[in-house]
Amino acid sequence: MPPQAHARVTVVRPAAGWAPLHLRELVESYELLYFLVLRSLKVRYKQTLLGAAWAVLQPLLTMAIFSLVFGRLAKLDSEGVPYPVFALAGLVPWTYFANALTQASNSLVEQERMLTKIYFPRLLLPLASVIAGLIDFAIAFVVLLCMMVFYHIPFTGRILAVPGLMVAAAATALAAGLWLAVLNVRYRDVRHALPFLTQVWLFATPIAYSSTLVPAHLRPLVGLNPMAGIVDGFRWALLGREMGPGATLLVSLGVVSLLLVGGLYYFRRMERTFADVV
Amino acid sequence: MSGPDAAIRVEKLGKRYRIGRVRGYRSLREEIVEAARAPFRYRAERSGNDDFWALRDVSFDIGVGEVAGIVGGNGAGKSTLLKILSRVVTPTEGLAEIRGRVGSLLEVGTGFHPELTGRENVYMNGAILGMRKAEIDRKFDEIIAFAEIGQFLDTPVKRYSSGMQVRLAFAVAAHLEPEVLIVDEVLAVGDAQFQKKCLGKMQEVSRLGGRTVLFVSHNMNAVQRLCTRCILLERGGLKAVGPTNTIVGEYLARAGGTLSPATSIDLTHADRSGDGKARFVAAQYVSDAVEAGGQPYPDGPLEIRLAIEASEPTTVGSLAVTLYDQYGTKLVNADTISLGQTIALRSGLNQLALRIAQVHLNPGVYVLGLWLARPLEAVIDHVPAAFEIEVMTRETGGLGAAPQDDGMVTCALEVLDLD
Repeated sequence: MPPQAHARVTVVRPAAGWAPLHLRELVESYELLYFLVLRSLKVRYKQTLLGAAWAVLQPLLTMAIFSLVFGRLAKLDSEGVPYPVFALAGLVPWTYFANALTQASNSLVEQERMLTKIYFPRLLLPLASVIAGLIDFAIAFVVLLCMMVFYHIPFTGRILAVPGLMVAAAATALAAGLWLAVLNVRYRDVRHALPFLTQVWLFATPIAYSSTLVPAHLRPLVGLNPMAGIVDGFRWALLGREMGPGATLLVSLGVVSLLLVGGLYYFRRMERTFADVV
Repeated sequence: MSGPDAAIRVEKLGKRYRIGRVRGYRSLREEIVEAARAPFRYRAERSGNDDFWALRDVSFDIGVGEVAGIVGGNGAGKSTLLKILSRVVTPTEGLAEIRGRVGSLLEVGTGFHPELTGRENVYMNGAILGMRKAEIDRKFDEIIAFAEIGQFLDTPVKRYSSGMQVRLAFAVAAHLEPEVLIVDEVLAVGDAQFQKKCLGKMQEVSRLGGRTVLFVSHNMNAVQRLCTRCILLERGGLKAVGPTNTIVGEYLARAGGTLSPATSIDLTHADRSGDGKARFVAAQYVSDAVEAGGQPYPDGPLEIRLAIEASEPTTVGSLAVTLYDQYGTKLVNADTISLGQTIALRSGLNQLALRIAQVHLNPGVYVLGLWLARPLEAVIDHVPAAFEIEVMTRETGGLGAAPQDDGMVTCALEVLDLD
């Protein structure tokens, strides 16, 4: 095929200020995204003894600790369902979120060589981290369903809300991950601060405890933490709690949207300096 | 070539780095502390007096189907230029236009994951370089055949030798079929045979595919064989654009020191032995190939001009120029003793030249030694490794001789019909 046949002209010029998102380019690179996701899945549990069992062990072990400390000792209210399954319903989406956030935040720094040697839409790196985590989530979710069967919790049509809630969780992880990934390129402090951030975030989210502990008129404020609305949504969808996540979830979705759009533009603005700075 | 036919058009391109600020990361704490301690200096520093232009005011055009080389010393801006053209970094000023899909190979094996198998990495790397899966499927066998990794296809890449990794990475990039292929010094790794194969592949890409290749290498022999035109960069600026031989000659002349013909090489500090009654103080070499900057070429002449300082009048029975290969094997010993004549040196500085009518050496780098002895073999001055010379390919474009494959010594050859 002659070179001129699809002579697309690339113009390289200095750029300053805010750049358009160029989402089309992102869509066109779906195959690279696929391979990046595949790579992180294939690599994640290589040379481990337990392999993908880690996807299940993480939330299960935390559930065991929470059940002992908060369920048995502190005797926290668990909205009428057994505490272990109450905790796990929150921990499964939370574990996904925390891992996706951590990996997205480190995605640029860890692929330093790719950043400095090859051109490709940089957004794919945090995006792939967030998507790859969904497989682990799916495995853990099956275990959660088994727990529900074990504790005789009936399934309802509300379970159909789970995919929607997961999209929201992924969007939250991506939104926060974009900001942190960009900051991480310049300030490696982010990497060290991340474990603390996720830990504080974990306790700021109604996972070990029920959001009903918060006075009713303050509940929408809880939604300022997007994970709060999502965890409440999970409990509503699976454990049959009466109070819907309504207002909380709406506030959460608003916050996520703002964070995500802002994060995308911030990422675009900063990405041209990545190769110089990283 | 310019105008609409240009595959790459570069106009006043520049890239500025801020030394000490941007290089290396700073922790947030450092930044805050510094800003608090000296807010004014901090701001002043930000606006930048420590600017360093890795590239500035560079303009050129490269036509469609052309194979262009970029030469220059370390820090000349070659890699920065390629990074800008590959869109890895953003220029600070100027403009570049590239027509068609760009495939760049700035480092071999970027995107390879050690835990993945060869097969998985081919797909991964292909996708990173911008290939579609269907395209990789179609070329897969060809890539594997080129890389010669057959039986290790399903072995994790971390178990590969570095040579195998390089072969695989180059094979993927070479089969990418971009309209513009940008290649940075990838031949430095890999063995001679594979280097030759890579050069052949790049040549094929440009000749048969009508594609444009931009090639950076320190290996002048490779540049000469592959490129029709060259761009010489020096300290971030464009020094010259022109036919390969002229530019390569100019580069070697500018590079100074050991590899430059017609400039005087200082030998006063060279490692030597002998009684020191007379000493080689300077040398200079030149051939007759003006277009190659006086660089020697196979079967061409080589003249070595010598400055010898004698502390007293001395009769010399043997003045010799010796050529070694890089492993120290003596290849040529051009000794005046074979002429049966003695040379009388005056007290003070003497200038004379040895002319070898034909150097029967293939392209490559050789070490030149100097020898000075009295009639009865008493050594006056012996400099075993005075300097290196590079024998160049005279005509470009031919995938001809390379010492590793074709031996070091040339020979005249003809076919005789005995019937």
